[in-house]
Amino acid sequence: MYIEGKNASLIFQDFRDPNQKLSMQDMDSIILDLRDQLAKAKESGETIRIRGGGSKDFYGLSKQGKTLETTALSGIIEYEPTELVLTAYAGTPLSEIEAALSQNNQMLPFEPPYYGENATFGGCIATGLSGPRRATMGAVRDFVLGVRILDGNGKDLSFGGKVMKNVAGFDVSRVLTGSNGTLGLILSASVKVLPKPEVEKSVCFVTSEKEAIVKMNEIAGLPAPLSGSCFDGEKLVIRLSGAGAAVRAGIERIGGDGFNDQNFWNEIKEQQHPFFRKTGTLIRLSINSASPPIENEQTFLEWNGSLRWLWGSRDLDHYQEIAKARGGNASIFRSDTTCTEIMKLSRPMMRLQEKVKQSLDPHGLFGKNRMFKEF
Amino acid sequence: MGHTEAHLIENPVPSATKQELITKLSRVLDSECLKYLEQDLKPFECDGLSAYPKVPMLVALPTSEHEVCEVLKICYENNVPVVFRGAGTGLSGGAIPYEKGLLLVLSKLNKIVQIDSVSRTAIVQPGVRNAAISQASAKHKLYYAPDPSSQIACSIGGNVAENSGGVHCLKYGLTVNNILKIRFATIEGEIIEIGAEGLDSPGYDLLALICGSEGLLGVVTEITVKLLSSPERAQVIMASFDDVAKAGRAVGDIIAAGIIPAGLEMMDQKATSAVEQFIGAGYPLDAAAILLCESDGADEEVANEIEKTIEVLKKAGATKIEVSRDDAHRLKLWAGRKSAFPAVGRILPDYFCMDGTIPRRTLPMVLERIAEMGTTFNLQCANVFHAGDGNLHPLIMFDANDKDQLRRAEQYGAAILELCVEVGGTITGEHGVGMEKINQMCVQFQPDELSSFLQIKKSFDEKGLLNPGKAVPTLNRCAEFGMMHVHRGEERFPDLPRF
Ligand SMILES: Cc1cc2nc3c(=O)[nH]c(=O)nc-3n(C[C@H](O)[C@H](O)[C@H](O)COP(=O)(O)OP(=O)(O)OC[C@H]3O[C@@H](n4cnc5c(N)ncnc54)[C@H](O)[C@@H]3O)c2cc1C
Repeated sequence: MYIEGKNASLIFQDFRDPNQKLSMQDMDSIILDLRDQLAKAKESGETIRIRGGGSKDFYGLSKQGKTLETTALSGIIEYEPTELVLTAYAGTPLSEIEAALSQNNQMLPFEPPYYGENATFGGCIATGLSGPRRATMGAVRDFVLGVRILDGNGKDLSFGGKVMKNVAGFDVSRVLTGSNGTLGLILSASVKVLPKPEVEKSVCFVTSEKEAIVKMNEIAGLPAPLSGSCFDGEKLVIRLSGAGAAVRAGIERIGGDGFNDQNFWNEIKEQQHPFFRKTGTLIRLSINSASPPIENEQTFLEWNGSLRWLWGSRDLDHYQEIAKARGGNASIFRSDTTCTEIMKLSRPMMRLQEKVKQSLDPHGLFGKNRMFKEF
Repeated sequence: MGHTEAHLIENPVPSATKQELITKLSRVLDSECLKYLEQDLKPFECDGLSAYPKVPMLVALPTSEHEVCEVLKICYENNVPVVFRGAGTGLSGGAIPYEKGLLLVLSKLNKIVQIDSVSRTAIVQPGVRNAAISQASAKHKLYYAPDPSSQIACSIGGNVAENSGGVHCLKYGLTVNNILKIRFATIEGEIIEIGAEGLDSPGYDLLALICGSEGLLGVVTEITVKLLSSPERAQVIMASFDDVAKAGRAVGDIIAAGIIPAGLEMMDQKATSAVEQFIGAGYPLDAAAILLCESDGADEEVANEIEKTIEVLKKAGATKIEVSRDDAHRLKLWAGRKSAFPAVGRILPDYFCMDGTIPRRTLPMVLERIAEMGTTFNLQCANVFHAGDGNLHPLIMFDANDKDQLRRAEQYGAAILELCVEVGGTITGEHGVGMEKINQMCVQFQPDELSSFLQIKKSFDEKGLLNPGKAVPTLNRCAEFGMMHVHRGEERFPDLPRF
């Protein structure tokens, strides 16, 4: 079966539930309908809030605007395991995608968090959030190959593609990744996938935060197939993934105590670890991995020390200063109180961000104030 | 877009005379850093694409970021078009000068500012050579992964501007996957830091937007790269095949077996025989194609992967399999691959290096079509690929002194790129669009998509001064190109959108 004129390509395996299967015509009519809704909103001066399964509703500054659901736009469009590429509609449940990959012993290398069973593929791309594997394998943005979007003028545009390497035109696909529905409506996306590791094992070290930071960075500098690291206040846990021989050799080199990691990494990825099961304002610091502990704060570390979480009691400026001194940035990841901002950008940087927004969504149709207080 | 606007973007003109500009620039640059005499300008007339030389009005070689900004401010105020140049090894003509403009060369910004062995990063100036970063990090058992074949010459700034790849990108990613932060100067001469020492930063991913932007948005003045720990061991397998298509299928089989080699390269007989004559890498001359497949990691891991790969290769019909005995042997096998371009360059005076990427499964079919076209255009073509990524480098050989050969070579190249698009791929995997593939952009993208690119370009560079006429075609240009095709009566893909 052929689909979508310009990007015509074969479907190699059809993973959709036969009872719910929608034809390409159905998808086209859904896309036309979405376009209509965008046009109407634009005409009436309304703004649009794009929503997949709603699992990441908590993420962002403001959720204003007319809600536009993508869930009807669902299904894997193309997946050929030997190409290591999967293309799916934005509303496809993330679980459906991971199941299809699993059947072929493959995976999304960035280990995306769900934060709710309704998580969609589009939401995963749009939020750009990645799990424990990120520090060594890369983030969502490292694996996005192409996107098809409706821009702020309702135009149906495709950027990037379905091949591993592509430098034709500006890399708009990666800019859409992590844009949180503020630049355009992602209709479908292609991602690079990888074989699942043969073996996965974790080791742990009971240690102090200071020691853990040193150790994390040391281990990250060893030739070992590292696939996860975290310090939860008491212990440093390191995960290794790969061929049996590689994992064995890695553990020998790293040392540490054996650790039964069943569900442990899933809890980290989904923020179900007791550290995260609190209310308040969760601050995320993305900084130089070797930065020393943040004084007078209880922090949770991931990504070899370059990602630090803490429950904040001060304003964002305070944490931004801490992060800046450590070569990075602070942002508010979630909060049970209303925030006035969730990130801090320098003025010249803010100007550039605004220019990008205007290039793709000149009328400010999408995601008003979802990311920035300014637009 | 109206005709006048398009015209402006393609043909900006300075508002000051050459003499006035020399006076102004002399206030911010030492005399040896500013070139304006014909004989001093001539060496900069082209980059790695030699077929379209152009002498710039002025060449500036600033020695600091501050000087870069001062030069840009003068250019901005006086409406002077600016083209950036790193080492000038680009193959798509991105650094070909603009005749009425200034060429800003970054080769004097060549310091490694810092290597942080603990957080495994290096801060480098844009003119630093790619290979110099790994050399300087080696004492910490670290290295910079992306390794373009030109790595002993090309600059890291050029790598960022092209989002360059290399033979090890299948496993370790391209430039965009291996940098953390840049300092970036806008055409107004303002410095902005993009990215951070952490793995991500809030806001839109402008690092990705700048990476691969071919000098159209601004200039990169400093780069923080990630360093990886050097693998304990690396070994390469050389497998021979009596049929190119079989070699192509073997590539898919390796991936299907769940193996992601550190590098997976393919060369056809024309390429291997050129290399053998050039440096004698020890390639078999009777094979229709060879695969080079590298494993790296821990000792035992490499041993296992090599074993597994050999099994796959045998099943795929390899006629001969050779595994590198030691590091010297491994490097010799790679040296052949890395010198493939210059080796081919010795057969005929000129070559075009194409750079399309295709879905791997179409490899056998595409190779067949490329060979057929060679007969049609009556030209020789050697094939070298980053096979694991589906990134082709057909090398079309010709003699540019023969105008008819040049014309046929251009047509052959264009036909190959259009074939890549036809099978679901792209016109450039790593070398960029530059000047060379600007017309094929009209084949790959629809007018609305090109308009978005132009909009982005405009938002960074309203006056259209940065690298005019490169990488993103105006819609007028596409219209002319489309008409040209129809006019010649050789419209190739009537189903593709035309404008
Ligand atoms: C023999 C040979 C083999 C090659 N092999 C490979 C390969 O394996 N993989 C690969 O990807 N490429 C390869 N290339 C192409 C080329 O080496 C790369 O594109 C390289 O990144 C160009 O770097 P450069 O410093 O020479 O840039 P230049 O050629 O000087 O410039 C390239 C482009 O970048 C812009 N630019 C340069 N510096 C900056 C800066 N600081 N800020 C903003 N823009 C800038 C220029 O305006 C131009 O558009 C090869 C080339 C040759 C000749």
